[in-house]
Amino acid sequence: MSMQGRAHRFGDDVNTDYIIAGRHKFKTLDMDELACHVMEDLDPEFYSRLCSGDFVVAGRNFGCGSSREQAPLALKHAGVAAVLAESFARIYFRNSINNGLPALVCDTSSMCEGDELEIDLENGKVRDLTSGAEVECTPLPQVMIDILGEGGLVEYVKKHGSIKAAGRQ
Amino acid sequence: MAKTISEKILGSHSGRDAVAGEIVIAELDYMMAQDGTAPLAIRSFLGMNGEGLAKPGRAAFCIDHNAPSPMRSVSELHSMMREFAARYGVELNDVGEGVCHQVMLDRAHVLPGRLVIGADSHTCTYGGVNAFATGVGSTDLAAGLLSGSLWFRVPETMKVTVTGSLEPGVFAKDIALMMVGRVTADGATYRAMEIVGPTVDDLELDGRLTIANMVVEMGAKAGLMEADSKTLDFFYGRTAESFEPVFADADAVYVEELELDVDALVPQVARPHRVDNVCGVEEVEGVPVSEGLIGTCTNGRLEDLRTSAAILEGNSVAPGVRLIVAPASREIMLEALREGLVETFTECGAAVLCPGCASCVGTHQGVPGDGENVISTANRNFKGRMGNPEAFIYLASPATVAASCIEGRIADPRRYVS
Repeated sequence: MSMQGRAHRFGDDVNTDYIIAGRHKFKTLDMDELACHVMEDLDPEFYSRLCSGDFVVAGRNFGCGSSREQAPLALKHAGVAAVLAESFARIYFRNSINNGLPALVCDTSSMCEGDELEIDLENGKVRDLTSGAEVECTPLPQVMIDILGEGGLVEYVKKHGSIKAAGRQ
Repeated sequence: MAKTISEKILGSHSGRDAVAGEIVIAELDYMMAQDGTAPLAIRSFLGMNGEGLAKPGRAAFCIDHNAPSPMRSVSELHSMMREFAARYGVELNDVGEGVCHQVMLDRAHVLPGRLVIGADSHTCTYGGVNAFATGVGSTDLAAGLLSGSLWFRVPETMKVTVTGSLEPGVFAKDIALMMVGRVTADGATYRAMEIVGPTVDDLELDGRLTIANMVVEMGAKAGLMEADSKTLDFFYGRTAESFEPVFADADAVYVEELELDVDALVPQVARPHRVDNVCGVEEVEGVPVSEGLIGTCTNGRLEDLRTSAAILEGNSVAPGVRLIVAPASREIMLEALREGLVETFTECGAAVLCPGCASCVGTHQGVPGDGENVISTANRNFKGRMGNPEAFIYLASPATVAASCIEGRIADPRRYVS
């Protein structure tokens, strides 16, 4: 599966409070409402600039801080198709995969704001169509590939009854 | 093969000879969610066609982050939690019981050697009593409720040995902040930490929990300490269950070893807007403050309240400053009342709130104003964390917060202790 979209560039240590602030996330389970506030404290214009299918491109430790699953959900409902980062904080990383939002670990240093990116999820490759550069992603563990393959953990468990079979190829 | 505490606990709960790097499916001893994460967990659980808990009596919900409810929409989410808890047999800790992590400890839902998940990143706090405890998202929690187990990557372990004696006026929180400053916000990502040494042995349980609470600010999955007589004393009379503390083998393999000496440690402060932006108090002394917060899962325990009350006694909160105090649990509140601490706080001009997360998460009870500086005992100072992106949050020990609120500016607490 290949996806194409524009890069929105962020730095290191983007925490989940920045992705969706506590003052918003505690109020509602309506993710479309939360989506309007995504990244608000870092970049108030981000949501209005975002087109469906775009990518968030960040540095190290994306998603650090709280365990709020509203973070990947708000990004997904805002239209973000994948997040690419040098590294992810572990709870966010699981939450993202559990909700079917691809989280790709790769060298993002050459990717710039507005670059057109093409992502080949199956082969773990990201092509920067603007610069011509191509980078490889760190492969996911099999258990995560299985969960992502079903569209997320809810769908996976609904189908298989538990996670006990995941990752056992 | 010699093992770390993490390898032993994940091994005993998965029936495997678990080694760092491997992925295991492990049986969970207890599961917890709070009011910011439980509603989504309920939605995921029902989405998975969950019909009941795999392990009845092994799950708790806590209403602490937004309690009492400040608005109608939040009240609806709380109602959803109460209804689900009643229907499926989840223990419900309602408004006023306290911060989820302290409630879990007070009720002995977490014990040495146990494996616990919580839909809250500071679940790592229970490492302070030798449990492998880690934060997860709502959907992982839902899968845990439904199946009683979860997948884990067995983490590599980083060993931190703390030596030296703390000067009066310097506390466990200062060790925690120094550690975060040294290791940085992602220095322990995907790793467990084992935090040991004579200084840790000398700390009371309250202080150990403060340090374990903050390991996630370095990215760690768990922050494990050894259980000793202080740990066993805490659980004495709280549980009829038997449990087995877990120790690392002498020749266990560590991915990194760090030694920290605290003999010369001064009170530490984390400056806005990063937890690892740490300095000695002298670098920020004199910065004016408008609000102080003493409480949270980091520093709302009895030792914290005793220390700060002792500094505040006979003094007053400076004009133009508001000091908010929130004990971490009902049990701690009651003891603080018996000891006269609540009276001391109230007399000196502080506002004492009901047990819970108070102003930490920016949802209610103490949102700072534009341009204001806050000095807080919490664990995070991200921009917007307390509900206003135009405010500036400094993190410090309860003693430093108390001294700063007396003076109306960041102050060195060592002047107030004998």
